Amino acid sequence: MNNAFRDPQSLLIVGGTSDIALATARLLVRRRARRVVLAARPSEALTRAADGLRGLGAAVETVAFEATAVGDHEKTFGEVFAEGDIDVVLVACGVLGTNALDPVKAAEIASVTYVGAMSATLACANALREQGHGTLVVLSSVAAERPRRANFVYASAKAGLDSFAQGLSDVLHGSGVQVLVVRPGFVHTKMTKGLPPAPFASTPDAVAVAIHAGLRSQAGTIWVPGVLRLVMAVLRRLPRAIFRRLPG
Amino acid sequence: MSDALLAGWGRTSPSRARVLRPGSVAELAAAVQAAGGRGVIARGLGRSYGDPAQNGGGVVVDLTRLRKFELTGERIVAEGGASLGELIRALVPRGRFLPVVPGTRHVTVGGAVAADVHGKNHPADGSFAAHVEEFDLLTADGSVRTVRPGDQAFHATTGGMGLTGVVTRAVLRPIPIPSPLLRVETRRCRDLDDVLTRLSGSTARYAVAWLDCLSERGRGIVDEATHTEGPAATAALKGPLLSVPPHIPGGLLNRHTATLFNHLWYCKAPRTSVRSMPLGAYFHPLDRIRDWNRIYGPPGFVQYQFAVPYGEGLKNVVRRIGRSGVPSFLAVLKRLGPAGEGLLSFPIEGWTLALDFPATAPGLPELLDACDQAVIDAGGRVYLAKDARLAPESLPVMYPGLARFREIRAQLDPAGVFQSDLARRLRL
Repeated sequence: MNNAFRDPQSLLIVGGTSDIALATARLLVRRRARRVVLAARPSEALTRAADGLRGLGAAVETVAFEATAVGDHEKTFGEVFAEGDIDVVLVACGVLGTNALDPVKAAEIASVTYVGAMSATLACANALREQGHGTLVVLSSVAAERPRRANFVYASAKAGLDSFAQGLSDVLHGSGVQVLVVRPGFVHTKMTKGLPPAPFASTPDAVAVAIHAGLRSQAGTIWVPGVLRLVMAVLRRLPRAIFRRLPG
Repeated sequence: MSDALLAGWGRTSPSRARVLRPGSVAELAAAVQAAGGRGVIARGLGRSYGDPAQNGGGVVVDLTRLRKFELTGERIVAEGGASLGELIRALVPRGRFLPVVPGTRHVTVGGAVAADVHGKNHPADGSFAAHVEEFDLLTADGSVRTVRPGDQAFHATTGGMGLTGVVTRAVLRPIPIPSPLLRVETRRCRDLDDVLTRLSGSTARYAVAWLDCLSERGRGIVDEATHTEGPAATAALKGPLLSVPPHIPGGLLNRHTATLFNHLWYCKAPRTSVRSMPLGAYFHPLDRIRDWNRIYGPPGFVQYQFAVPYGEGLKNVVRRIGRSGVPSFLAVLKRLGPAGEGLLSFPIEGWTLALDFPATAPGLPELLDACDQAVIDAGGRVYLAKDARLAPESLPVMYPGLARFREIRAQLDPAGVFQSDLARRLRL
């Protein structure tokens, strides 16, 4: 159960090797989280992530999850929920990809970052609704608000997911299940390694702290860092001729 | 039958459940037997602060239709959903009163048994269970058994937060009173030592102190009361004076407003005075403000109530809270007498302090975790009827009776039909 301060006791991470998700898990385990389920493609990184969280005292399970195998999602997550309540689901599966104009690569990015994440979120939303409580944390991006040349395919997928999560939040209103949409700017992670950082870059730990605060205040949408809310409000309205000339 | 989002009085962690309002014990039994995988829990008037009367994804049986009661000679026989307020209203004109009343009268008999509530007279009279002659317990198989002090089921159910079954009927012993009035002696105390000395030396039946934990020295006001003679026509209970509207924003109650409020409360109290007061005004001042829990806005609030044996424990916690800068409104301090036999009953001999905090106050979760440790170090515990945030690991340390409680609960309810959000959170 979430307590009065929305510190979850159990946590499911979809995309269980995400740097941001694992930083959040570490923070929540230091509070009340005792059961952590990492759903991801089996890998050494997943094993390491699980061991790391076990070292902090959590009981960690790993579950094989393939974002594009949408037909399996209901069963996969159904089994997780059957083992016990999940208080917070953090959906963090996404691929940044390269910026090549390759239709197959673009479809791959969209099928993980948007379609797979959406299907997994819905499967979990239904299970959360059954248990009558819980929070869905959906990792979006400021790119969802306005794509840059450097990331427009990824941005379009995040825009779809962001829009979906907002709608889902309204659908779930009154069900006991809440949705928190997280829009970080550039974050130094393995996904962005080697890329030139954009302004207002942050770290996975900073995003984790913001997510924890967002859970506590029961926010609907957060930007990380918070100033991006204002920055994006301006950027969104810039004429395209000007926006195009901005770096990146 | 309807689905509803249910929360406790603190409005902090709502969950959705199927709510049934049985009109008879037979309907109730049917509801319990048909509960399904996520179980069932009874709910009364929703005055528990946290999550004991909610059951996300499961069934909640609202007991407030089972509210009949009768006064027979020296006994009250009441259904589980009868409110203490209704009992008091019927008792007072007959020169009787309930032996134990908590800080609100909007509590059902079943809830009072399940939380084993206490009043401002615990040293003299013990907790609610001490005045229960017997009760009927509807268990998971749908059968009803009559339970008396000395039975295992009695001591697991009093304080057991509804997890052994549903109390459908209870027989209570009222006390005689000379009138609906109390003689109340009020005294301002400049620091915590002064408050403690005053409370310790009190010979009155009822005693309570209001502490200002934001003041440097922990000043307070001590109210002592005894039943007294007076005109029988005095109304013991008045209806609410005001009502708090539904849409108050969060954040109005902060460190500055709390400091101001506590200061005004202290200054308005006479340095020392003796006066007569109707029962209701003394026992349930907050009942005069309908929906007072709304003043904290949508984020809600948390009440932290702990008990510690006499010694330094109380001061350690008060100092910690004072230093933290987290705003706390008037805190209520009482003495507790020796513990009863309820396995999860809250009262233990010593002090009990209850504090209200806005749920979103920065640093509050960590502060209360630190307070838990100080309470554990002092050999104390927190009150489950108020709790909304305790860590499950702390529970067995605070309640040594927990293991025995679990054994008896497993016998009474082997399939775990009685479930609540509190039970899941604390792994009861």
